Amino acid sequence: MSEYRIAAVGDRDSVLGFRALGLDVFPVENTEEAKAALHRLARENYAIVYLTEGFAQYMGPEIARYQDDLTPAVILIPGKEGSLGIGMAKVKTAVERAVGADIL
Amino acid sequence: MPAINVNPTRMELTRLKGRLRTATRGHKLLKDKRDELMKQFMDVVRENRALRKKVEEGLSQASAAFAAASAVMSPEMLEQALMYPKESVSLDMGFQNIMSVDVPVYHFKTRSGEAGQVYPYGFAATSGELDDAVRALSQVFRDMLRLAEVEKTSQLLAQEIEKTRRRVNALEYVKIPQMQETIKYITMKLDENERASTIRLMKVKDMLLKEAIEARQEADEAAVEAFGGQTAPPEPI
Repeated sequence: MSEYRIAAVGDRDSVLGFRALGLDVFPVENTEEAKAALHRLARENYAIVYLTEGFAQYMGPEIARYQDDLTPAVILIPGKEGSLGIGMAKVKTAVERAVGADIL
Repeated sequence: MPAINVNPTRMELTRLKGRLRTATRGHKLLKDKRDELMKQFMDVVRENRALRKKVEEGLSQASAAFAAASAVMSPEMLEQALMYPKESVSLDMGFQNIMSVDVPVYHFKTRSGEAGQVYPYGFAATSGELDDAVRALSQVFRDMLRLAEVEKTSQLLAQEIEKTRRRVNALEYVKIPQMQETIKYITMKLDENERASTIRLMKVKDMLLKEAIEARQEADEAAVEAFGGQTAPPEPI
């Protein structure tokens, strides 16, 4: 057991609210910044990184890189523009990966 | 020709038979592992889907509330109100072992001043919309943590299942048939060698016999000669 932290990465409007809950908030402006933030957080002591779908859709390889590692868990959340369905699609991908077909 | 290039010797055969036994056993175990993992995975993934739906709905509501709040408050005021959080979340991460896959288990601790008080600002300078937004977020937050745990678990399990499935298939469709074929090849080859040596022995024995008979006949003929050819030559055998 050790102490870990939780981060939220995304555009300012989407993630600002998480600051009230005590998460570490990293507002980013563009995809490049989001990638840099993700890599930096992965090196540091963060167990969960919430990432808005708006950025996640351009960061496929970066997210895939941490998918099989224990930390960080990169969890996609809908940003201010609403759900883009990427998070659900990733659940579906996991099923396809495990079973070989989408059975749900 | 066999799939594996081997010397058809008895030693090799014994070795291969041992390997085949191990492979068959391993195949059975891995198959059981895959089935059990799959069972666990299906439970996890169902929960994952339900949670994700819930969280996405909750967060959409929260961000709508935030949009309302930022409409009535200036960005600076909003920033200022949320600058110093009252709560601070830290996470204890433990591990749970599901069929030799380490999956994370989170225990989060919030350090807050008063219970049920999530608003990090005074009410004088902020609008009610912000209160709504923060409340909506804090309600969905517990589910978000659970979602993180479940989603990571499902990803790790999916990876392990994929690996196990490949191993099972490789053993079932490549390794085991290959070894069986090679064992068959060696057995046939050894039998063939055995037959060949039997035949060779028989041939040698025939040749020796033939030589002995010829020598005997020559000796008989020589004897007849010595007696002046008065007796008839012996019957050939």
